Amino acid sequence: MLKHAGLVAALCAVVGTFAFSPVFAEAPDLGKSGPAAAAAGAAGEEGDKPVEWEGWHAHNSVADRASLQRGARNFMNYCIGCHSLKYLRYQRMADDLKIPLSVLQANLLQPGSGALDYITTPMPAADAQAWFGKVPPDLSLIARSKGTDHVYRIFKTYFQDPGRPTGTDNLEYPQLAMPAVLSELSGVQRAVFKEQKTASGGTEKVFDHFETVSPGNLTPEQYDEFVRDTVNFLDYASEPAQVERRSMGVWVVLFLMMLAGFAYFLKKEYWKDVH
Amino acid sequence: MTTEANSKAASAPGFWGWLNKRLPVDFLWRSQWADYIAPKNFNFWYFFGSLAMLVLVMQLVTGIFLTMFYKVGEATAFDSVEFIMREVNYGWLIRYLHSTGASAFFLVIYLHMYRALLYGSYKAPRELLWLFGMIIYLALMAEAFMGYVLPWGNMSYWAATVIINLFSAIPAVGPVLVEWIRGDYGVSDATLNRFFSLHVVAIPLVLLLLVALHLIALHEVGSNNPDGVEIKNKKGPDGIPLDGIRSHPYYTVKDILGVCVFLVGFAVVVFFLPTMGDLFLEKANFEPANALSTPDPISPSWYFTPYYAILRAFPDKAMGALAMLVAVTAFFFLPWLDRSPVKSIRYRGWIYKLFLGLFTIAFLGLMYLGLQPAQGIYVTMSRILAVPYFAFFLLMPWYSRWDPVKPVPERVTYHHA
Repeated sequence: MLKHAGLVAALCAVVGTFAFSPVFAEAPDLGKSGPAAAAAGAAGEEGDKPVEWEGWHAHNSVADRASLQRGARNFMNYCIGCHSLKYLRYQRMADDLKIPLSVLQANLLQPGSGALDYITTPMPAADAQAWFGKVPPDLSLIARSKGTDHVYRIFKTYFQDPGRPTGTDNLEYPQLAMPAVLSELSGVQRAVFKEQKTASGGTEKVFDHFETVSPGNLTPEQYDEFVRDTVNFLDYASEPAQVERRSMGVWVVLFLMMLAGFAYFLKKEYWKDVH
Repeated sequence: MTTEANSKAASAPGFWGWLNKRLPVDFLWRSQWADYIAPKNFNFWYFFGSLAMLVLVMQLVTGIFLTMFYKVGEATAFDSVEFIMREVNYGWLIRYLHSTGASAFFLVIYLHMYRALLYGSYKAPRELLWLFGMIIYLALMAEAFMGYVLPWGNMSYWAATVIINLFSAIPAVGPVLVEWIRGDYGVSDATLNRFFSLHVVAIPLVLLLLVALHLIALHEVGSNNPDGVEIKNKKGPDGIPLDGIRSHPYYTVKDILGVCVFLVGFAVVVFFLPTMGDLFLEKANFEPANALSTPDPISPSWYFTPYYAILRAFPDKAMGALAMLVAVTAFFFLPWLDRSPVKSIRYRGWIYKLFLGLFTIAFLGLMYLGLQPAQGIYVTMSRILAVPYFAFFLLMPWYSRWDPVKPVPERVTYHHA
């Protein structure tokens, strides 16, 4: 479904969003088309109870290879336009995720990149600085430095905010410079705040729940899976050896326990004559 | 003496004789381990000396392999660590063994030191043994701190900044001294390079020398034991202490058991919990050093946090730094602060047990508090817990004398298992 949305579409998704915002209006050669944030769908949750988004967890599993493969696809379709994975090589990713070379070359490899190259973004840093005000960070270690839940919540808590240059803000990461690049999938949601009394007697606005402005191409459940797969892939990318680490660990621990058993009986035997 | 003691091995046929005629291998093995007579009543607490030795060797070996791929320098250090984690064959394993080894080293050393507090192992005639051990502990702290800086993550950078800045609390020379340590006006490439040199060459050399001295001193004076009884006072007709046994094979096989059990736990951490939930490897250190972005809160590794909590308990930086210095160095004076006629906790009275108990709670409590942000209840609690911490040392000359001790038996207590 998303297989053919390659580099160009990803760049357009980002750049297109920016092209409609006033800050970047004067930027000359940004994409003319591309899905704008306004044309997106719903992952918003509605109800009487306040949404406890701070308690949301990614619940991803790097042992789930299919999920990692989908995550890799998502990354190459939506993230690589701006973000790199500079410590990870395509070939390593394909080997670990059991992606056939033909699929890698046909669908995942970025133009100009070879299988042995590191996964880098085609966007020049200088341009990124000019367009976004900061260079989008490399995501090789984001799942380790910020945590998988953090990344998951970012993609679940975008909301419309016309006051921001990107047109959106984020609950998990307020004032986030990154626009809602997945809004064509998630849809657009509005955050509903309510007044609450503070301890000092004043009032403050606290988040209550989301309201769907327009639905996206994915159902909320599908979008949730999409985000989870992507986070899962980033988790893998942050420590590619982790699956091997755990599987090797089982044998090492079992071996050492056996050795400890032998050592116990050896000690007992020798110490028989100590009185 | 060496030639005499070694003469039997030197006259042995073949290579063994040839070697011993030229190098006292047999003598060293017998005097330093095989014929070393140790009390037979060692318990759980006596595993940690040999385990510290194991971890030391492991750190040296894994360190050598890491150094083959690590590239010192502020532009290359962080990338090279990720290179080790991803592209070097089993580099991740070597790195996790080394990073987990650092924490394991302190865990083992703290338990080893606590054993000395329980059984009075620092008391005469083992004062020098204790002092060597304490200098090893200080060297280990320096080694760990500098090693922590090498990956050049953001916590590396800021921990270096905060810790080096402590020296600025020294009157008059402080600011100049800080600049001299860093080799720059801020923590920089120059700092990283000298820390690498010290971490990889200077301090390991010092550690090895001190460990050798620690062991030679131990084998000269003899081991203490859970009863705090000097086994040399009761010797058999053969001149061997009645309560002593040869280290080899008895403690060889017992320490092998200890090593195996330790390695099971160690492997569980290395393979399943290498970050130990932010305690052994911190999240903020998976971001490259950034002088413009301060991690919040900046906390040192868990093994430094008792002292860090004491530092922050004082509103004045100079006072805090001084208190921290006293907290670390107070251990050096234990052999002379302790006036009790009894070594082991088994025969001490309730007063010592009370003070040691409070000290234990204070140390662990401060360890926890040092990991929390420096605000509100955490600082208040640090101040409260600093009292029993210092009282343990400062009041020891009095309470250890008033302590209602029990009579010490002439021989060790040993129940055949």
